[in-house]
Amino acid sequence: MNLLEVKNLRKYFATQKAVDDVSFTVEKGTIFGLLGPNGAGKTTLLRMITGIFYPDDGEITFDGRKFDPIEDVHNIGYMPEERGLYKKMKIGEQAIYLTQLKGLSKADAIARIKEWFEKFEMQSWWNKKVEDLSKGMSQKLQFVTTVLHDPPLIILDEPFSGLDPVNSNLIKDEMFRLAKKGHTIIFSTHRMEQVEEICDKIVVINRGKKILDGKVSAIRQQYKENLFRISFDQLPVMTDSPIFQVSSSENAALIVKINEGYKTNDLLEFFIRQNASLESFNELLPSINDIFIRLVRDAPAARQFQNVTD
Amino acid sequence: MNKISLVFQREYLSRVKKKSFLLTTIIVPIVIVGFYIAIIMVSISGNTSTKKIAVIDEGGLFDGKIEANAKNNQLFMLINGETEKSFKSKYQKEDYNSFLYIPKLDYNDPKGIKLHSKSTVGLMDKSHIEGTIDRAIEKKRLSLSRIDPEIYKSIKSDISIDNALDSGTGEKKSVAGLAYGISFAAGFLIYFILMIYGMMVMRGVMEEKTNRIAEVIVSSVKPFQLMLGKILGIGAVGLTQFAIWIVLMGLLQSIIPMIFPEYFQQAQAGAGTIVASGPANMMATISEGLKSIPVALIVFCFVVYFIGGYLLYASLFAAVGSVVSEDQQEAQQLVFPILMPIILGFVIMVKAAGDPNSNLAVFGSIFPLTSPIVMMGRVTYGVPWWQLVISIVLLFATFLLFTWLTGKIYRTAILMYGKKVTWKEMAKWAFKKS
Repeated sequence: MNLLEVKNLRKYFATQKAVDDVSFTVEKGTIFGLLGPNGAGKTTLLRMITGIFYPDDGEITFDGRKFDPIEDVHNIGYMPEERGLYKKMKIGEQAIYLTQLKGLSKADAIARIKEWFEKFEMQSWWNKKVEDLSKGMSQKLQFVTTVLHDPPLIILDEPFSGLDPVNSNLIKDEMFRLAKKGHTIIFSTHRMEQVEEICDKIVVINRGKKILDGKVSAIRQQYKENLFRISFDQLPVMTDSPIFQVSSSENAALIVKINEGYKTNDLLEFFIRQNASLESFNELLPSINDIFIRLVRDAPAARQFQNVTD
Repeated sequence: MNKISLVFQREYLSRVKKKSFLLTTIIVPIVIVGFYIAIIMVSISGNTSTKKIAVIDEGGLFDGKIEANAKNNQLFMLINGETEKSFKSKYQKEDYNSFLYIPKLDYNDPKGIKLHSKSTVGLMDKSHIEGTIDRAIEKKRLSLSRIDPEIYKSIKSDISIDNALDSGTGEKKSVAGLAYGISFAAGFLIYFILMIYGMMVMRGVMEEKTNRIAEVIVSSVKPFQLMLGKILGIGAVGLTQFAIWIVLMGLLQSIIPMIFPEYFQQAQAGAGTIVASGPANMMATISEGLKSIPVALIVFCFVVYFIGGYLLYASLFAAVGSVVSEDQQEAQQLVFPILMPIILGFVIMVKAAGDPNSNLAVFGSIFPLTSPIVMMGRVTYGVPWWQLVISIVLLFATFLLFTWLTGKIYRTAILMYGKKVTWKEMAKWAFKKS
């Protein structure tokens, strides 16, 4: 069942087609990755889903009905890329305030904050001010305030930037736990290794347009180049064959590309006939990072301004 | 509505709880009352120090006798057998504050009178001395023209007129000076409030924008609610501060008579008699004059124009705050057009406090951008009720219009970073249909 459906979403600014006809769906209880290079339109897209921006065109469907930014406030937790908290306000009060704005009563807010602060070992922070916190600490606080009201849809814009590996893992684990409990998480990033680890499904956008959409495993299959890694106890003498081409070799291993029309069995047969003793054989799937770079390689590094006429 | 009240509470409490709020709220009335006490102290202590002035009268202007100027604490001593030169080195040793040298004079063209002193003689003291000499010369001239001084005295006229106000109930004495003072003070106060609290709103909005809080808040609250909550919260802070000031000043002022009992007895006695001297007379005039001032109307207008003027300008300041990103200088540039009408209002108010029914004053007190300040300058003199009604209605209508327009600017600008916003763009946002 889809929690969120985005259809033909469009948002033009004066000099940019920030989001240009993007559609995708997010299943309930999954972790969804929104990928793209800097300036691709990720934040604009997320801002439309949270109701901060109104789309110029297109539809957002939430839980089977039309998304209403005002009614759905308590259904969404949004952590923006640029962290923002009142510097001079005490952390406990701040968390209460932000949670109350989501529609919770004060007593409920306090109870939940206590629970979360305990989990993240933040109890001693209650009477401190945000300006006393380090960047990583305030990030943790921001994450907690985002999920405090237990929203079905959690949107995180670059949640790991500025976090050390320990805290990064803490938040990652929490994301998994929340997803298991049935929460749906959308997060944007440009760090690809996280995506393979965390996401069930991804969408890649570039220059405002969707260029890739699907399950991580399916995408890697789709972009595979028929590369295989074979390791031996000793490199075989003969490697010339119409079946494959050697793309690189290591100590006692070859990385080969199987030519069209041949199968893996043909490859293995070729070596077995030579009496080479095989130690391992596996397919090399491209990493999301490779696919991503390949897809956006042709795009200029910096997005150019353009004139929008509509 | 509930969300506006949440924002309101945060804005209000976070400011009222600040130490700086407590400090200014308590210190300002203490400073004002302290000044008041200091003025009284000076006027009381002034009675005790008498200045001794030596006089060398070469031409016999005073005929060997000078009246002591008791009211002004000046004691003149005629010195004989000394010259200007010889006495110059002595007068300080002989415990004179200063010495006056009067050469032989041509009474029709008196020249060469000199006052010697170690340090500059005060303006008041100097004018009293000049007065004493003037009277002596006058006397000489009268006798030269063979006019009896008694007859001259009976010819001379020195009147002061009472301005009776016939509007309202009964005839009241008007005290122009007092009305002017109150008008000016009330107008200045509104001017001050618009500046201080308007700037506070602007800084609050800028803080939210530059700290990127706006994006978090705006994902749960409509931008307009955030803006309105902030404006109302800070306005309430202002009202609280004024309420505390008024109560504190009232308390402190009731303490003053206990500190200086003899001074205030004098003042009360002075109110009964026609001729009283010095500051006691002033107190009597003030208490008499206060009866002619429509206090209730002034308080009512003050509250109405405080609220209306503040709301009107606060929304403009909020819009400017939302447009600025990070750069303080940019804020100054953008805020200037908002400060202009406030300053203009102040200038008109200064004129209106002196001449309340001029065309400029009437216009200024109705035009909504200047009316909060100018009307306060006029209202002590009595304003036709229809002008008051038009002025207030226009003020609140403009406030609603401006809040509606600035709300749209605010909504767009609060999440825009990096780019410098032009006036043209702001106008486009303001008038864009949502």
